[in-house]
Amino acid sequence: MTTNHNQIPITYLRPAKGLATLNLKDLWDYRELIYFLTWRDLKVRYKQTVLGFSWVILQPVINMVVFTVLFGQLLKVPTDGIPYPIFSFAALLPWLYFAGSLTRSSTTLVGSANLISKVFFPRMAIPIAGVLSGIVDFVVSLIVLVGMMLFYKIIPTWNLLMLPIFLFLAMLTALGFGLWLSALNVRFRDINHLVPFIIEIWKYATPVIYGATLIPERFRFLLGLNPMTGVVEGFRWAILGSKYVENFDPGPLFIVSITITLVILISGVIFFRNTERTFADII
Amino acid sequence: MTDIAIHVDKLSKKYKLGAMYERQDTLRDFLTSMVRSPFQKRPVSDNQILWALKDISFDIERGSVIGIVGRNGAGKSTLLKVLSRVTDPTSGIGEIRGRVGSLLEVGTGFHPELTGRENIYLNGAILGMKRTEIEKKFDEIVDFSEVAKFIDTPVKRYSSGMYLRLAFAVAAHLEPDILVVDEVLAVGDAEFQRKCLGKMSDVAEQGRTVLFVSHNMSAILRLTTETLVMEKGRIVKRAPSNEAVDFYLSSGFVETGERIWDVDEIPENAAPFSPKALRIINEQGLVVNTIRSTEEMTIEFEYQLDASVTGLRVGFYLMSARGEFIFTTFDTDEPQMYDRFSVREPGLYYSRCKIPADTFNEGRFVVGINASTYRIRRYFQDERAITFNIDPAGAPGMQWPEQRLGPTRPRLNWEIEKK
Repeated sequence: MTTNHNQIPITYLRPAKGLATLNLKDLWDYRELIYFLTWRDLKVRYKQTVLGFSWVILQPVINMVVFTVLFGQLLKVPTDGIPYPIFSFAALLPWLYFAGSLTRSSTTLVGSANLISKVFFPRMAIPIAGVLSGIVDFVVSLIVLVGMMLFYKIIPTWNLLMLPIFLFLAMLTALGFGLWLSALNVRFRDINHLVPFIIEIWKYATPVIYGATLIPERFRFLLGLNPMTGVVEGFRWAILGSKYVENFDPGPLFIVSITITLVILISGVIFFRNTERTFADII
Repeated sequence: MTDIAIHVDKLSKKYKLGAMYERQDTLRDFLTSMVRSPFQKRPVSDNQILWALKDISFDIERGSVIGIVGRNGAGKSTLLKVLSRVTDPTSGIGEIRGRVGSLLEVGTGFHPELTGRENIYLNGAILGMKRTEIEKKFDEIVDFSEVAKFIDTPVKRYSSGMYLRLAFAVAAHLEPDILVVDEVLAVGDAEFQRKCLGKMSDVAEQGRTVLFVSHNMSAILRLTTETLVMEKGRIVKRAPSNEAVDFYLSSGFVETGERIWDVDEIPENAAPFSPKALRIINEQGLVVNTIRSTEEMTIEFEYQLDASVTGLRVGFYLMSARGEFIFTTFDTDEPQMYDRFSVREPGLYYSRCKIPADTFNEGRFVVGINASTYRIRRYFQDERAITFNIDPAGAPGMQWPEQRLGPTRPRLNWEIEKK
C-alpha cells in the first residue's frame, strides 16, 4: 500500500527551551482564523447597543466637540491658523484607532483564556485581530472627515495619498506594544489595570489636542521618540496639506518614529513567540 | 513497515502547584522578589511540583481507536493537551503524523452574541478548518445539529441541548487525521450521546486515528479496541479494551469505603466548593466497603464551601461497574429541602443519603458525585468517586444459587391467588 507520506504534515512535540524560531508561516496558515476573529470582534462590538454602528462616528465627534470647546475656545491652543475642530479631528482619528487597537490587543488574549487552554492555534492571531478590527471603524469615521473638509473648504493635496502609510504605522505601533502588553498580561494581570492609564498619559504626550509646533524647536526631536507623534503629525500633514507645514517639517520626526516602532514590533514578536508556549499553563 | 500516527518518547509535564492554585503572580510580588534576591533563581520545593505526566512513551498506529481511562488528575487531559500542542512538554519528544483535531469541551470558542451560522464559521476556523471546507460541510453540520430553524438566532437564546448539538456538530465534521476527544459525552441526553458515539465510530471507520478519554466504560468498550490506563501521570497498563477496563475497575480504588480528596485532586475551577470525603456507611455506622443487601446503607459526602452558594445541589449517581446508570439523586430533590437550603452559607457540610435495604443486586457499584447549580454552573463532578460491593446474603431468591440479571434486587410484594 502506498500512501503518499509526503502530504502528511508531521508535528514535533518538544520541550520549550531556548529562543523560539519566529515561524511566521504558522501565522500565514491560520490567516483565515485572523480574518474570522477580526470579523467576530466587529460583529460583537455593537451588538445589543441602541445606536449600533453610529458609535463609530459619535465617538470621535463627541471627543472633537469637547476638545474644541475646552482647548480651542477656552484655552486657545495655537493651531497655526487651522480651525481647531478639524485640527483636532485630524489627530483624533488615528489616535482613537490606536487607543482602541492597543486596548483590544493587550487585553483580549486574557479574555480568550478558555480558548487558549483548550485549542492550539498561533496565539498571535488574537492581538493581530485586535488591531485589524479597528480599521473598519476608522474607515467609517473618515466620512465625517470628508464632511469637515468640505465645510472648512480644505482642498485635498497629493499628501492625502500618504494617509494609509500613517495608518499602517499606527497599526504597527499598536501591534508592537500590544504584543508586549498582552504577553505580560497573561502572567501579570496588573496590565489590565495599567493599560487605561498608559493610554491616557500617552494621549497627552502625543500632540493630539495641541500641535507639535507648540514644543520649542530644540526639544522637538524628543517627540519623535513617541511613534504616535509621527502618526498624528503625519495625519495633519496629509489632510491639511501645506497649509499646516509652514515652519515644520515632519520628515525627520517620522523617520525616528518608524525606527522606534520597528524596534518595538520586532522585539514584541520575539517576546510573544517565546512566552506563548507557556500561555496555556499560566493563563 | 507499520504506519505510526503518534509516537511519543518519555514525555513529561511538570506543573508548579503555586501557579495553579493561587495566583501570586502579580507584578508587585515579582518585583519585590527580584529586589530581594535579584540573581537567585527562586527555589521551588519538591512538594510544590506536580508531574502531570511522567515518562510517557507509546506508539499509536494509524487508524486505531484508543481509549484513555484514569481517575481525575491522572494526567489524561494533560496528555491530550500536549498531543494537540496546546501546551509544551517539560521533557521528552513526540512526533505526530497528520492534522490533529480536538473535540473540545462543548462550546469552547462559541460566542453567545453570534448566531448559530456565524458560530459555525468562527468555531470551524478556531478548530483549524479552511473557510471553503466549512462552506462545503455547512449543510451537513446544520443537519446533524438539528437546529436549522434557529440557525440565524444568537446562540445565547439556544437551549443547552441545542447549543451542545451545534457545538458537537462543528467539531465532529472537521476531518482531522487524528481526532482527540476529551470527555464530551459527560453531557447531553441519551439520544445525543448515541448520536455522538455513532459519529465517532464513523470517523474511526474512515481510517482516522481516534484518542478517546472518558469515564464512561461502556462507551470505551463499545468504541475502542485498545485502552491506556493512566495513574498519577504514568501509563500503568496498555491492553485490549476489555482487559484494560477490568484492570482499571479492579485497581486504583481504595478498598476502605472512604474516599478522601487531596488538594491536588480538586480542580481549580471548583472554588468555592471543595470536596473533602465520601463514605459508605453501614447500619452500624461503620465505614465499610461491602454492604449487605439486607441492610440500609448511607452514603455520606463531606465538603467545604468557602463562599455562600445559592441553589446548590449535591447529588450522587449510582452506576454499575460497567458504567450503566441506575439512578441519580440530589440532596435538594424534595421541595421542602430545596426551600430550606436555597442558600448555603460558607462552612463544612455533610450531605447524607440513606438507601433502603433490598435495593441493589449482588456485585460492585460505583458512586459518582455532582455538585452544581441547575443550568448555571457545575462546581465539581467525579463520575467514579468510590466503589462498593453488595453482599447478597439474605436477599430475595437466594435459595436458588443462580445469577439474577439487572443491577437492582428489590424485595417486592407478591401475591399468589388460586381461583
